[in-house]
Amino acid sequence: MTMQSLAVQQRSATTTTPPSVRVAAQPVAKLIDISKCIGCKACQVACMQWNDLRDEVGTQHGIYDNPVDLTDQSWTVMRFAEYRSPEGRIEWLIRKDGCMHCEDPGCLKACPAPGAIVKYANGIVDFNSANCIGCGYCIAGCPFNIPRISEKDKKAYKCSLCSDRVAVGLEPACVKTCPTGAIQFGAKTDMVTRGNKRVGDLKERGFQQAALYDPAGVGGTHVMYVLQHGDQPERYSGLPHDPSISPWVSLWKGVTKPLLSIGLGLAVLGAFFHYVTRGPKEEPGGRGDSH
Amino acid sequence: MSIVMKSGEVARYSSGERVNHWVVAITFILLAVSGLAFFHPAFWFLTGLLGGGTWSRILHPFLGVLMFVCFALMAVRYWKENIVQSYDREWGKRLTDVINNRDDNLPEIDKYNLGQKQLFWVMVATMVLLLVTGVVLWQDVAWALPVTLVRISALIHAISAFVLMVGIIVHIYAAIFWVRGSLRAMTRGTVSHAWAEHHHPLWYRRVTGGGRK
Repeated sequence: MTMQSLAVQQRSATTTTPPSVRVAAQPVAKLIDISKCIGCKACQVACMQWNDLRDEVGTQHGIYDNPVDLTDQSWTVMRFAEYRSPEGRIEWLIRKDGCMHCEDPGCLKACPAPGAIVKYANGIVDFNSANCIGCGYCIAGCPFNIPRISEKDKKAYKCSLCSDRVAVGLEPACVKTCPTGAIQFGAKTDMVTRGNKRVGDLKERGFQQAALYDPAGVGGTHVMYVLQHGDQPERYSGLPHDPSISPWVSLWKGVTKPLLSIGLGLAVLGAFFHYVTRGPKEEPGGRGDSH
Repeated sequence: MSIVMKSGEVARYSSGERVNHWVVAITFILLAVSGLAFFHPAFWFLTGLLGGGTWSRILHPFLGVLMFVCFALMAVRYWKENIVQSYDREWGKRLTDVINNRDDNLPEIDKYNLGQKQLFWVMVATMVLLLVTGVVLWQDVAWALPVTLVRISALIHAISAFVLMVGIIVHIYAAIFWVRGSLRAMTRGTVSHAWAEHHHPLWYRRVTGGGRK
């Protein structure tokens, strides 16, 4: 939903300046420290509880992931990956999947419905379901495969970073509930500092490739990970190595939009001015009359 | 096929052909307004014509399938008459004369001129592209397709629709405003002898057996 108390920085399918007089908004970020996650899924439960979501009870697929994928009812899912390090050590890499809240959101770029997706000045990318038409373009635009269309109402859903809680000074529900402190929330600058400090700790403990995941290809994200193996994000159930908005989406929603629209206008104008300057081919008067 | 009706008229399209054409035309207009609305926010107001954004999204693909099927019938009817001949190429070389209404300099052509034939083949190509990419984009089908395919389809869908729309703009202009006496071929089914002889002499002689009886 659109929070009146949050300044809007970007609004889908809108060519004018969105409501943005509130200038004091500070970019926020959620920091997920995978090295501290125990996979308890309390964050999944808290998310369902705060957002009034209840996914269907599924079936056991032989893995810990439950549900096995994000859905319209499950905006965050723990993805469990078993990784054998070169030293032969087994590691359980548990990644809390969900919207990354890109600084340059591909979903918003692709969305054709005015105001169905907004990006607040604090960095949160939010779906305004009342304006959603259910076309699914946000799915095509997303570099992280996050939005899901509901079978029930054909609207797109995803993590809101609890924009309603953040707007009144609370941390997101998943952060509130995390028992190990693996999920933290605050100003993005603070979270980057904290993340880098933790990366330093991990490096001291032998994880030489530890890194903060804040991919520059999408302008950075407002959900960041601390990865033990920062050089191999794909180890974490397919976290993209260098995500960016697909060039196909950029073409489709970039130059193509104004160019083709102007082209259509010129075609109509061309026809009109042809008529004005050359006139019609009048219907010939009779047989043998070629004028 | 075309037959001479009354002394003042030459039959060009049967009632079945006319209905077929106008179903394609009406579905095209509805598809164009809803499609443009999804394409650029400047056209978003057009969603109102189909009952809002969500209704536009729901109806657009069904209208698309209907247009494709009806156009396919037209394509089967007319493809032979749209094969480009040598006299069409000659006609095409004198496009300046066509544009400047100097029709006396033009070679004799059959039922369709080169512009009409080119529009026909452009429509065949874009209709196929629009159908294939449109099905990929169709959320109600909800196939788990690779996202790159969906992205490429979205771009091809937009470009194909643009090409088709430019073609139809020219078609509408020529049929209604530019070449007078053409529109009745698709409303009443007939054209005048003079129109037929002037614009499509080979066709005129073919269907009348040499000229007006």
